[in-house]
Amino acid sequence: MLQLITFSTLNGILYGMLLFMMASGLTLIFSMMGVLNFAHASFYMIGAYFGFEISRRIGFWPAFFVAPLLVGALGALIERYGLRRVHRFGHIAELLFTFGLAFVLEELVNMIWGKLPVDYRVPPSLDFVAFRLFDTTYPAYRIFMLATAVAMFAFLLIVLKRTRVGLIIQAALTHPNMVAMLGHDVPTVFMAVFGVGAALAGLAGVIAGPALVTQPSMAALLGPILFVVIVVGGLGSLGGAFVASLLIGLVQTFAVAINVSLADVIGPFAASAFGELGRAPLAQIAPVLPYLMLVLVLVFKPTGLFGNRET
Amino acid sequence: MSESLRISLAFLALATLFVVAPHLIASGVALTMMSLMGVMIIFALSYNMLLGQTGLLSFGHAVYYGLAGFCAAHAMNLIASNKLPIPLPAIPLVGAVAGLVFGIIFGAISTRRAGTVFSMISLGLGELVAAFALVLHTFFGGEEGIATNRVKLAPFLGYRFGPQIQVYYLIAFWCFVCVVLMYALTRTPFGRMCNAVRDNPERAEFVGYSTQRIRFQTFVLSAMFAGVAGALAAINFELMNSQAIGAGTSGQVLLMTFVGGVGHFAGPIIGAVLITFLQISLSDITKAWMLYFGLLFILVVMFSPGGIAGWLALHQPLLRGGRIVRLIPAYSLAAIPLAANLLGGILLIELAHHMLVEAQSGGSILRVFGVSMDGASVWPWLCAVVLFFGGALGLRAIWPRIGDAWALATADEASP
Repeated sequence: MLQLITFSTLNGILYGMLLFMMASGLTLIFSMMGVLNFAHASFYMIGAYFGFEISRRIGFWPAFFVAPLLVGALGALIERYGLRRVHRFGHIAELLFTFGLAFVLEELVNMIWGKLPVDYRVPPSLDFVAFRLFDTTYPAYRIFMLATAVAMFAFLLIVLKRTRVGLIIQAALTHPNMVAMLGHDVPTVFMAVFGVGAALAGLAGVIAGPALVTQPSMAALLGPILFVVIVVGGLGSLGGAFVASLLIGLVQTFAVAINVSLADVIGPFAASAFGELGRAPLAQIAPVLPYLMLVLVLVFKPTGLFGNRET
Repeated sequence: MSESLRISLAFLALATLFVVAPHLIASGVALTMMSLMGVMIIFALSYNMLLGQTGLLSFGHAVYYGLAGFCAAHAMNLIASNKLPIPLPAIPLVGAVAGLVFGIIFGAISTRRAGTVFSMISLGLGELVAAFALVLHTFFGGEEGIATNRVKLAPFLGYRFGPQIQVYYLIAFWCFVCVVLMYALTRTPFGRMCNAVRDNPERAEFVGYSTQRIRFQTFVLSAMFAGVAGALAAINFELMNSQAIGAGTSGQVLLMTFVGGVGHFAGPIIGAVLITFLQISLSDITKAWMLYFGLLFILVVMFSPGGIAGWLALHQPLLRGGRIVRLIPAYSLAAIPLAANLLGGILLIELAHHMLVEAQSGGSILRVFGVSMDGASVWPWLCAVVLFFGGALGLRAIWPRIGDAWALATADEASP
């Protein structure tokens, strides 16, 4: 039992940090430009595929640094030549644009790398056992993922809170017009934030690719969860996104690990009251939980856990 | 001609078209396609009640279509096994009620907010229901779905609805009824208030309407019509599976509605007919058809946010005075680089798709528009690139001329 709890907690935190790497960019982009970037998870997928392609040809470490930069550049280009064009048609057009973009990117990946998962493996330099606990081994690559995510989090925090650039970004979040009046080039700030957000998602893809499965549907699987994270955490709140990411990461991991059904907990009464739902083990219901959480949060606390604006 | 007369004539023409269409093109494939078009017209129009008329962008509209479809399939099985005296043409009403009920339940949660947040909630609810579809096997039937048999129901006026042509007329009847009803709805004060909520929610509040209530009412009505479409789909396919409820179907209806045009009542009809036609015919011609759909969608969003109907409506005033003739030279001039650009783009996609996906097994020779070419040699690629970029540059050069032609065509409108 203790073993289960320890490892589930570790994995949950890891999954949560991965979610946060993407959710942070998404929530920043949303609160700055009002654009809910549907294609954000697609950048994660592209990151994984770029990582795979570069590490196959050159090596993992070049991929680790180059792939996120490429994804970031791609994101900046898409913002400059696509999103900015549809901006004048309003928010719905922007949302539709990113929706179409997600679709096209998935199809392109389908075409280039095929529909089946690609063989993106943990690099040999990181393929060893980190520690052994309760007779179960924990791979070093997961520790590496965790370290990367934490480093990224620290970097983001320092940039946003301690530098001049961060100051401008924070100001542009709430008062974009005022920032423009002060002589800053707000469209360029937007492009940079979009690019950095895409790069972070790409980085998440590069490191998550070998641990999870690199396949064309990975964006469609993760995308909706990201939206849940940023709504539950509160739109535009980085701290909220952090807590919500960890929360959802832990809930998902524990739900998969625990094989208990509702009927086991409250007795056979549940089976008659909830029918199939009562008999289904928690592991089976796990995919439903984030969305259930979303609905509950929206009903009882529409601002999200830490948000201050009405969603 | 008075307006009401024109509208009646338009509906009369639509009804006639529904009746004679199977006789104009008498083939099994066309009949299947037309049945599907009828279902999709209802679905897309119901979606446009939200997107076009009330400004609510939903990513989970398939929930109501799918749930109602499942309810209809179960109802059909129940009626058949108990030998209840309910004929098949009444089944869409079951779908309507199911859509209405689920619309009330989910609408109460999701219409609290408008704008981007509404979109996110609709997406979340869509995923929630899709995730439940994999858990609840009795209702959703797991992987294989719920099968049903429309012939087992009590005959209606002697018809058993076995042959596709009878199903087509059943769908056409319901499609016509729904089109008339949804059009009538846009002409009521309620329909006008929906537009007000879309354009200026603040003023709508000041006039004394609760925007949240209007959103909720539209949402419920829209879910009801989606339910009719879902029930007709269940009748048509005699099978409902969890795909009908998922994000793919929600995306499809969004694509249809938006490409057709959200600003016009007829837009979703155009979109549903066009996209269904393309879906069925393109998937035979090219394996990269999904990519073309995505690109088509992005191009419409970027360059013609009014969709096809919006583009047509732009030309309608010119048609009246015959001034549209003045656009012909500029348009035909622009058609040449546009065609080159499109041809180059298609060639590039087909070449890339063939070399990446099929070259290992099928060799490097491919046929595009009946012309054979070798994807391994550099020439077809060069041609494609030259066509694509040459066309793009040409379009750019000719674009001001179209503006001039427009100015000329609309010049004497103010002073006739």
